[in-house]
Parts: sequence; structure tokens; C-alpha cells
Amino acid sequence: MANTLPTKPGRTPLDALLVTGAVATIGLLIVVPLASVFAEAFSQGPQAWWEAIAHDPDTRHAIWLSLTVAPVAVAFNTVFGIAAAWLVARFRFPGRTLLVALFDVPFSVSPVVAGLALVLIFGRQGILGPTLAWLAMKVIFAWPGLVLATTFVTLPLVVRELIPVMEAIGPEEELAAVSLGANGWQVFWRVTLPNIRWALLHGIVLANARAMGEFGAVYVVSGHIAGATDTMPLRVEKLFQEYRTPASMAVASVLAALALVTLVAKVVIERRLEAESRDLAAVRNVAAKSDPSPS
Amino acid sequence: MALGIALAFGCLGCSGQAPQGEGKPTRVELLNVSYDPTRELYRDINAAFVSHYAKEHGTEVSIKQSHASSGGQSRAVIDGLDADVVTLATWPDVEAIAKAKLIRPDWQNRFDNASVPYHSVVVFVVRKGNPKQIADWADLNRGDISIITPNPKTSGNGKYSFLAAWGAALAAGGSEEDARKFVAAIYKRTPVLDTGARAATATFSQKGIGDVHLTFENEAHLEVAESKGTLEIVYPRRSIRVDPPVAVVDTNVDSKGTRHAAEAYLGFLYSPEGQAIIARHHYRPWHGATGSTPPADLPNIELFDVTFVAGSWDNAMQKFFGEGGAFDAIYQPGAGT
Repeated sequence: MANTLPTKPGRTPLDALLVTGAVATIGLLIVVPLASVFAEAFSQGPQAWWEAIAHDPDTRHAIWLSLTVAPVAVAFNTVFGIAAAWLVARFRFPGRTLLVALFDVPFSVSPVVAGLALVLIFGRQGILGPTLAWLAMKVIFAWPGLVLATTFVTLPLVVRELIPVMEAIGPEEELAAVSLGANGWQVFWRVTLPNIRWALLHGIVLANARAMGEFGAVYVVSGHIAGATDTMPLRVEKLFQEYRTPASMAVASVLAALALVTLVAKVVIERRLEAESRDLAAVRNVAAKSDPSPS
Repeated sequence: MALGIALAFGCLGCSGQAPQGEGKPTRVELLNVSYDPTRELYRDINAAFVSHYAKEHGTEVSIKQSHASSGGQSRAVIDGLDADVVTLATWPDVEAIAKAKLIRPDWQNRFDNASVPYHSVVVFVVRKGNPKQIADWADLNRGDISIITPNPKTSGNGKYSFLAAWGAALAAGGSEEDARKFVAAIYKRTPVLDTGARAATATFSQKGIGDVHLTFENEAHLEVAESKGTLEIVYPRRSIRVDPPVAVVDTNVDSKGTRHAAEAYLGFLYSPEGQAIIARHHYRPWHGATGSTPPADLPNIELFDVTFVAGSWDNAMQKFFGEGGAFDAIYQPGAGT
């Protein structure tokens, strides 16, 4: 995308106007709100910021909770995403299109609806409610419910990232490995995974960002118990509603900082992805030219 | 797939939430599921009760709090939120849990004053200096006034505001039809209908939307104190008496073995120490509201209760807030949110 932008903007008045408009829009919608979060977070000095983050046990717990829920959800989606992308990219079977469409359901369903659906399944009155009660297991309003909700909303991110890459690479290298006697795991670790690693990392970074920031679905299944089931985004809202705006923005600033780290990681990974697809195209070109065609 | 994860991590979940061992009564954990505006009240009540209970019984109690809209909280307890006690805004919210058989049907008789340890009233919060000259309910009829109040379907604050407006029209000598028109006019000029009381407060005070905020007296005092002089309270001539009931969630405390502490906790609300904390947070102590004078900063205005407006809570729910009730007929979603 970056390559298609004109390198010297502002040649004509219209250019200047458009550029000014774009900069103003980005400033108003992204830079100003983000800056105001940090300004408010540090409005009472770095000492107060640190105290809001580290000395409030409920906030500490919320940070810890987010840092445990998100990786578990992402880990699940990584395993699921690789398996599902393999299935869809390498095999043709009845219902394949439907399956691919189903991967997108979490994108199109409102997170609140997703949360409510989980309550209807795992809640006390839900389909599995009696079984869970008999097993003395808590899912909704407890840690497993938060993981389930987060997993659901981030489900498409890894698999959607992998399918096009695996389809572009094609099965040739894997078939070659098999013909040379590699078993399934060897093919996966030595051929497939190295080929998809940057796309996979890209999906993981996006899924993690979404998992950390998820509000709607988690809100429904959390039960709002301070110091027990409040994740960071829920804690931000709670502190805001309790008139503790600087503390609320302090937690928000941590979330925003995590988002910025994600952004940097994403840019680095995207560069590698682009380089890799150029390499792949170059290799193909060479292979096509050196193909001994009898003429 | 979802089930797979649930099973895989279910054990982590239960070990974290394990009931306190029966053999070790020295530590008890209670979960108080409450409505929106009681956050600050229960922070103080909990601290006082923890030291009180440790002194009396040598048991260390830790109390966790959950706050959201009263209706939503009731629903969450029915869906399995593990509350030991509920301290909600309205009778129907507790009764719904009793109907789901988690609370015994006689819950109202288990504590004094029909299990209502404190009252409040619905008042107006306006911008400093009252620029729109809002003095009483009739002023809300004016076309230039925009009103903030939460959704009566989900919020206790919302229900009481609705009932207060309806009752005020009746008490001023109006007919049922006059009351319906008056309340309809109010919701026509309600630009945002938040799900809970605290979200509505944020809409009015922090986001600066609306000319008047209909809310509980206790919430109004907190809102004005936090506004740094930009808001003030207006007391209408009459208003509704708010009766937020409390109950022990029998099924949960019996399975967790926390009944003694849970009952002592709600009982503590009625103690002189509990009632003093209640008064400090601008709720009306229960003995004060039923006859004698309320604390000095809570003026004695003319009060009616839900029976005056609708006969009973069951009627009110059916007539006003149920499917196809008066609120459904009045509120045009397109005009609001």
C-alpha cells in the first residue's frame, strides 16, 4: 500500500487540501484521543500513575487476569487456526465453503450476542448447566467463561491469516517431503511451519491485540466481580464510573501502550511477509525459466 | 470445541473459586451482588463489617463486590453468578431470583422493614445555577428540557424514575391518561437511555448531556460532590420512596457453607453502626424514612411509594415495564438511542 502513495504531495491546491483533510481526520480520530488518554493518565504525575496501576489490588488483579486470559485464548486459536487452515487449504471436501464461512461468524456476530449465547449454554439454566453443577465446575462468571468468550471473538484471526498463505504456497514442497520419506510431524515442523511462520505470527499478534481489548463478550460473562472477574477493559469502565478518571485512564494507558507495541510488531512482521512473498515469486520465476521443456 | 476448552480449563476455574473448606471456619469469602450506585456505600460497610465480624466470631471475612444494573444483576444470579447476598434496587429483582428457587419465598420477612435496610428518593440533578429553572415535575413537560434517566427495563433507577414521574402526575390530581402523557413527554426528550444508574450519571455529569438527571438522592449527592461545583440538586415537592431490598441467596450460601456470615452481614446493615454509614452516604436510614425525620441534609419532602402508583410491584411490572406495557407503548427507540 505504501508504495502507491505519491511521494511528493501538495503539488496542486487540491492535493494540499486532501492531504490536510486526511491529516486532520487522523489527528482528530486517532492522535488526539490517544494523546488525551495518556495526558489524563499522567495528569497527577508518574507517581500517581504508578500507584493507580500497582497499588490498587483490584487493578493489579485485572491486569494479571488479562495477561492470563488472552494468551490462553490465543494459544487455542493458534492450534485451531493451523489445523483448520491446513484442512481448508489442502483438501477439497463437501461443506468446505460452509466451513470457511463459519470461521467468519465471530466477526459478524455482535460480541454481546456471543456472550449471551455462552450464558445460554453454560449458565445455571443453560443446556450444560446441570452437568456443570454436578461436576462442581464454574464456567460462566469465572475464568473459563472469560477464556471461552475471548477465544470466540478472536477465532477467525489466525485461521483467516493462514488460509491465503497456505493456498499461495501450494502443496508441492510438502508432497516432495513426503516422497522423500518424511512423516507427518516432520513435514509440519520442517516444511509447513517455516513457510507460514510470519503469517502465523501476524495472526497471533492481531488475535492477542483483540483478546486484550475485548469488552462486549467478556462483559456479559464476567459477572463484574471486582478483584475476581474484571479484565483490564472492564476495569477501565468501572474506575471511570467510580469517578476515578485518572486511575481509569492509567489502566487505559497500559492497554494503549500494549496496542502500540502490537502495532510495531505488526509492521515488522508485515515487512517480513512482503519480503517472503517476493522471494516466493522469484523462486517460482527461476523454476519456470529453468524448466527443461522439450521443444 | 467450546466444550473442549471448558472441560480443559474447568478445573482451573473451580480451584480458584473453591468453596471454603468445611473444616476451616476461620476464613469466609462472601460475594455481594448489588446495583450500580451502592459501590461507595458497600466499600465502607464491608470494611466495618469485616472488623466487626472478626471481633465477634474470630472469623476473617473477605467480601467481593459486583455492581451493574439491578435487572441485569438479578438475571446474572439466576444464570449462576455465585452471590451469597443480593442487595438490589427493586423488589421484583429479588423476587425473580426467589422465583428461580435460589432464595426462599419468605425472604421479605427475614429482615426488618420487609428486608429494606435503607431508603432513598428520586430527585433532580441540574447544571449549576439551574439555568433551565427546573423546580418541580411539571417543569419536565417543557419542550426545551432534555432529561437523562436510565432504561426502566434494566435499571432500578430507571424504574423508580418512571414511577416517580407517573406518581407525581397522579398526586398532582391528574388522571391515568394525564400521567401517561406526562411520562411519554419525558421519554420523548430523553436522548440517551443507559442500561444502569451509574452509566446514566456518567452521561449527565461527565459527558455533559441533558438538562436534568432523574436519580436516587444518594447518587445525586455523590454526583454533585464529584462535579466540583458544576451541578446541584433540586428537590421536587413530592417524590417516590425508594425501597432497595436485601436477601441471602439460600441455595448458594448452603452449598458454600457461608450462611452464618451472610446473615450477619445483612443484619449488620440494621445495626447502629451500619445505619450510621448508610446515613453518611446519603441514603435514608430505614427507621428515619418510616416516620421520624431523615438526617439533616436530606429534606423531608412528601413521599409516595409504589403501591400508590400501581397497587403493587407485580402490577407495576405488568402494567409499566412488562412486554407490551406502558413503557413499550411510550418509548420510540428511533427518537432516543
